Amino acid sequence: MVTPVVNAEKLNNFSKVCEILERFDRQPSKIIPILQAVQEEYRYLPEEIMTFVATSLGISPARVFGVATFYSHFSLEPKGKNIIKVCDGTACHVKGSSGLIDVIRRELKLTEKEPTTEDLLFTLETVSCLGACGLAPAVVINEKVFGQVSKKQMKDLIDEYRTKED
Amino acid sequence: MSQKGIISVNGTKVPLDGEKNLLQVVRKAGIQMPTFCYHSELSVYGACRLCIVDIEGKGIDTSCSTPPRDGMVIKTHTPKLRKMRKTLIELLLANHDNSCTTCDKSSACKLKDLASDLGVTNIPFKKTRESRKPDILSPSLVRYPDKCVLCGDCVRYCHEIQGVGAIDFAYRGEDVVVTPAFNKSLAHVDCINCGQCAAVCPTGAIIPRSEVARVWEALGDESKTVVAQIAPAVRSSIGEMFGIPESSVTVGKIMNALKVIGFKEVYDTSFGADMTVLEETNEFLQRRKRGDERTMFTSCCPGWVKYAEQFHPELNDQLSTCMSPQGMVGSLGKKLISQTEGKLEKDVIMVSIMPCTAKKFEKERPELSHDGTPIVDFVLTTQELGKMIKEAGVVFEEISPASADLPFGLYSTAGLGFGATQGVAEAVARYAARTMNGKELSDFEPVEVENNPQWKEVIINEGALDLKMAVVAGTKNAETLIGKIQSGEVSYDIVEVMACPGGCIAGGGQPVSYDSAIIEKRKAALKNAGKINPIHAPEENPYVQKIIEKMLGGKVGGHEAHDLLHTTYQSRKRIDFDSMSLADAGREAPVEVNVCVGTSCFLRGSQEILASMGDKIEQEHWSGRINLKATFCSESCSHGPTVTVGDRKMFKADMGMVVEEVEKQLGSIPAGAEK
Ligand code: SF4
Ligand code: SF4
Ligand code: FES
Ligand code: FES
Repeated sequence: MVTPVVNAEKLNNFSKVCEILERFDRQPSKIIPILQAVQEEYRYLPEEIMTFVATSLGISPARVFGVATFYSHFSLEPKGKNIIKVCDGTACHVKGSSGLIDVIRRELKLTEKEPTTEDLLFTLETVSCLGACGLAPAVVINEKVFGQVSKKQMKDLIDEYRTKED
Repeated sequence: MSQKGIISVNGTKVPLDGEKNLLQVVRKAGIQMPTFCYHSELSVYGACRLCIVDIEGKGIDTSCSTPPRDGMVIKTHTPKLRKMRKTLIELLLANHDNSCTTCDKSSACKLKDLASDLGVTNIPFKKTRESRKPDILSPSLVRYPDKCVLCGDCVRYCHEIQGVGAIDFAYRGEDVVVTPAFNKSLAHVDCINCGQCAAVCPTGAIIPRSEVARVWEALGDESKTVVAQIAPAVRSSIGEMFGIPESSVTVGKIMNALKVIGFKEVYDTSFGADMTVLEETNEFLQRRKRGDERTMFTSCCPGWVKYAEQFHPELNDQLSTCMSPQGMVGSLGKKLISQTEGKLEKDVIMVSIMPCTAKKFEKERPELSHDGTPIVDFVLTTQELGKMIKEAGVVFEEISPASADLPFGLYSTAGLGFGATQGVAEAVARYAARTMNGKELSDFEPVEVENNPQWKEVIINEGALDLKMAVVAGTKNAETLIGKIQSGEVSYDIVEVMACPGGCIAGGGQPVSYDSAIIEKRKAALKNAGKINPIHAPEENPYVQKIIEKMLGGKVGGHEAHDLLHTTYQSRKRIDFDSMSLADAGREAPVEVNVCVGTSCFLRGSQEILASMGDKIEQEHWSGRINLKATFCSESCSHGPTVTVGDRKMFKADMGMVVEEVEKQLGSIPAGAEK
């Protein structure tokens, strides 16, 4: 259930959105960097916040929605606290990255359509190259890169990040 | 800037005369050029590529986005261009929901016409786009995304002319779609229901929502008395659907057709317009008497009214409280007929026939009801009326005229004038002049205002009447005007606003027309209809006087009029959301605190209250007992910041007030208690 910690965080995030708007001088032309900054706070773009941003900048919510859906790096679905990126590029694929994806989906009860856990702890993203082909198969959790990951290691990593939270 | 010179179009020399693009030159040469995305009043988008021409030395390009230059040699229908156009249509049809036989736009669909004109006989391509669900929740419009050709006309109209931006492109590539924000329904966003998007859409992707079936059903119900009222502008355009010359007077035919269809009584909304003139003028004079010197805005256009409620809630008490003429006839009609027929108001069915899609929304306003019974039950657009006439087998071209029923069938030429821009302002000014000076106004001619092409003004200085009026159409133009009134740059006593450029004759429910002169033609038709009308002034309408005697306590602006003919407005959110929960207890908490962070409250410091409230909850260990929420508009924008604690709404709130109230409410609920 929702804990007070999360509440404080939500409040804090909302103040940040106001700061972001100030930082960009409420310039409608800065909509993309503004949305980027907002996404960093929330890990996705909540509809209410997009509407708030739109009204504050004097542009229509429909246009902000258009911008947010045009660029693939914007996410309109909530993302987990920990983002696991598994590379499924050629090199990693050959070295068994799809096995890792299976392990993660099984462990976290995820599917291709639902890449985020219900408790919002993890999101699985597959990418086509992490630029770390020498380390294949490569996995990045949050900003940290792990190379030549085995299935067993993958499981341990998940457990490690899961307990980190508690 | 205007280009001079000569261009060769398919070998014919065409002199240039200030045309902005090659497309205009081609059309001037009398050549048919198909277009989806070109509208002279909108920005050039260049997306449909149907208007391609072959320019010597330059190759193929879209003519709508190419400026003409002296000496250009262009071809418009080479085999290659014809093939390209045909392919474009075939590609569109591959993904189109090709249900033409059941599509409401069938008779005016540009896509269907083009497919036939360009000789498309089969669709060689496979469907590549996923189907999308229609949006059927709006009372005014229905959207079928699978019929959209992505020309963007609706998007640009809504943004550039209405300044609303309710719909826009979203996603990319194969997935591109025109949609309201967050894939919501038009019913749940800032759409003002003007229907101009439907009027410019070349296909059936956005169409007025039809109520024809429900009206037939009511007509078949013996327990109901079904009556109709028709708006001024309907008679200016219905003939278009039957090939009747624009100048003909069709109102009598409409009345007779309605009788054949089965309406018990047929009335004219222009009667309501007459009432509006009297009530609104009186209201204005009363405002001045009270010392209220602020601008009064007209309220007959429900598109404008919703716009104001959403974007300018601070103007709510500057909108005339008069119901629109449809509301007035509905209100008086339902009351009177139910009395004479000895029926309940719910068994009298009032059907309005309007040029307008926003009237469909208006009839659902809770303010337009008598003890919960709507005063208008159904609204048919001119388009829908045309369809019913055809369905009923009436040969409209030949049917003889009949007169409307009394008392709401008689009207003045001034009331009829409500059908086009400037009609309301003129009727009010003339009536005011007659009552105050005892004689006619010498002249009423709105003129352009220097540097402000968005509106026109009339300054009257005759006898006791001192009146500055503005007439504006299109809500983006209205927005500019409001800005300048609020900044003090200009000032007016009365502002007439119509959401549709041209007024009701150009409403979103009028027959679809691709004729650029159509508005002028309808204007002329409306004038014609007025010429044969013997009553000129609303106060000369004997039935207006009778109704005032019989139903309104013998006077304009009295109690009865207030109850029956006036209304109220609400502040509206732009987008329907639940509030954003910031510190909920995970279940229903005993006390709910809602802080408005809508733009106007936000500027007044609601964010600070929100932040301090968050701290306070922690300090006092209130979590679990308080549900802290941020809402995006509490709809009381002019008294912000607005904070609601439990069921108590506080205006101009500060932290002290909020905490005091929270403590009071928490005090009355023992800790640990749950609902
Ligand atoms: S009805 Fe008017 S406001 Fe609504 S989407 Fe269409 S053009 Fe925009
Ligand atoms: S809905 Fe109609 S007007 Fe709008 S983009 Fe699609 S086809 Fe064009
Ligand atoms: S293919 Fe895996 S990092 Fe490049
Ligand atoms: S009309 Fe020129 S591209 Fe559509």
